[in-house]
This record gives sequence, C-alpha cells and structure tokens, in this order.
Amino acid sequence: MNTSPAPSKSDLFKYTLRQADNSMVLCQRLCQWAARGPDLEEDISLTNIGLDLIGQARSLYQYSASLCDQQVNEDDLAFMRDSHEWSNLLLVEQPNGDFADTIARQYLYDAWHLLFLEQLTESNDTTLAAIAAKSIKEVKYHNRHSSMWIKRLGDGTEVSHQRMQDAIAAVWPFTAEMFIPDELDQRMLEFGTGVDLKALKHTWDSQVSSLLVDATLSKPVAGEAIVGGRQGQHAEYLGDLLEEMQSLPRSMPNHQW
Amino acid sequence: MESKKDYPLWEVFIRSNRGIDHKHAGSLRAADAEMALQNARDLYTRRSEGVSIWVVPSNQIIASDPDDKEILFDPSKDKIYRHPTFYSLPDELEHM
Repeated sequence: MNTSPAPSKSDLFKYTLRQADNSMVLCQRLCQWAARGPDLEEDISLTNIGLDLIGQARSLYQYSASLCDQQVNEDDLAFMRDSHEWSNLLLVEQPNGDFADTIARQYLYDAWHLLFLEQLTESNDTTLAAIAAKSIKEVKYHNRHSSMWIKRLGDGTEVSHQRMQDAIAAVWPFTAEMFIPDELDQRMLEFGTGVDLKALKHTWDSQVSSLLVDATLSKPVAGEAIVGGRQGQHAEYLGDLLEEMQSLPRSMPNHQW
Repeated sequence: MESKKDYPLWEVFIRSNRGIDHKHAGSLRAADAEMALQNARDLYTRRSEGVSIWVVPSNQIIASDPDDKEILFDPSKDKIYRHPTFYSLPDELEHM
C-alpha cells in the first residue's frame, strides 16, 4: 500500500463515520427484535449481535469525534444527526420483515463485513486497523450464525425454503452498493487507508454462491443496483428508525443517567 | 409431553477459566447440536465465563430416582472413616 501522504482529516472523519453508521443502524434493527424473537434463544442471539455492533459503532464514533472540526462526542454523532446526514449502506436499514428477511439482510452484510474488516486491518491508519482487528472475531461469529440460518431455512421445509428465497431476492438489489466505491472510497484507497471495495466482490460472490447452493437456494440475477446510502439518500425507513432511536436523547438533551 | 413446536431440550456445561471440570450451567432449546452450541455461547458465556462448552441432549441424561435416596445415599452416612480426615498430613505437602 502507498503510505504517503496521509488523507485529509475531514476525509478520514467521513470515512470512519460511514463504518460507524453501518454498525449503528444494523444494531438498532437487530435490537428491534428484542422480545419478538422466534424463541428465547434466538431473541438473545440477535440482540447479542446487535450489542457487538454497538460496541464497534462506539469505537468508530469516538474516533470520528476526535477527527471532527466541531466539538462533538460519540453521542452527538449517533443521536443528533438527521437522516440525510447518515452515510450507512442502504442494505442495513432495510426493515426487519419476517425472520427470513432479517437473516437474508444479516448474512449478505456479514459476508461483506468480514471481508471488509480483513482488508481494513491492513490500513495505514493504526486506529482503524486496530478497531477492525478487534471487530473481526465478533463478525466471524455473526457470519457463522447467519449462514447457519440461511442453510437451515433454505434447506428446511417447503415454506421456509420459499420464504428464504423471497427474502434473498428482496434485499439483493441493495447488495451492489457495497462494492461500488465513490470518490471518497477511491481517495482513501489511494492513500492506503481505505478498503478496495471492488476487490471484495469476487470473494463475496463466490462465498455467497456456495452457501446458497448448500442451502438449495438460487442466486438472484443481478438487477439494477440501488445506491445512495453513503450520500445520505435514504428511504423513509431510516427516518423512522432514527426517530425511535434518537427520541430520548433529543427530548432530554445532556441528560445523564 | 413436549409440544411439537418446541425444539428439543439440551443441558449446557461450561468449563470456566479457573476450573478443569465442566459445570452444569443451565439448559436451552435447539434443533440440533450445532445450534445448541451457538445458543449456549450466547446464553451462558456472554460475561466471559467459559473456555469450553459441552451440550448434551437432556433426554440422554439418566437421573437417579428421588425415591431411591435412602438406599443410594443413607448407608454411607455413618461411615465417616471413608473420609480422608484421619490422617495427619506432613507439612511438606502443600496442595492437598
């Protein structure tokens, strides 16, 4: 990797914030399953994964806050920004739907997330590399958990197979965005700080394909990619999610437990 | 009778950081061993309790009958000489 010169502070801020937003939004989605899981065990698994993600988001928000020109902290970044200021991937904000929808979204993201973090450990930004190294162990487990369910439901009953197949098809158009770099991604890659998103595509494709075969599911044909998350173009889903997530800190600013 | 909707019950044993034996931690429901291990990880090792997990189908555990308590356990009650408390141990022996 090219090690000089370093990216601008504002680029590094935005880049870190993107990764934080992904973890935060997906965490919030998973926590919406609390007390609604298909059984007690799975209820705890989903919220556990959410808790891992919020831990990752906190590290990333704290680092982002330290890079920001304005005086902000992690809570300001998580709770005081509006939907159009969020730069998460569209995939992670997709609604929970039924259990198959949640698992489809989770697996397709986990498989990408793991590859992304593996590359990020090579970043010349030591903080990002360290956060990635710490997160990998958790995400390996997330990936194992969601792959297991893809196989079970895909290769389960006629009903579970159909619902899993429909769920994969429904979120598929949002997966393309994970591999399409924008200008910021490009700059961060050139500095040796960011991840080569295009390079992840091949491995992700082959891993996903082989799991879908095991699960007796068919891979959807690539349609038109739906993008815009990183530019703050979100569906109203995200607005609803943020409204719920941010309501308490916004109604009682600076309140302490 | 177990409801058809429920997964089978499993018993979970966790080996802690400080122990060499696996201790019973609780039970859970899971469709098979793989899921049981994953669920056990989430339910019983979240606060870094463990370094190893065993899961055993609950119906594979053979328990003694509570009514047999007298014949199984009472006879040993008056045989205190079976406890190794009648020896004086040399001071050099540290880990007893």
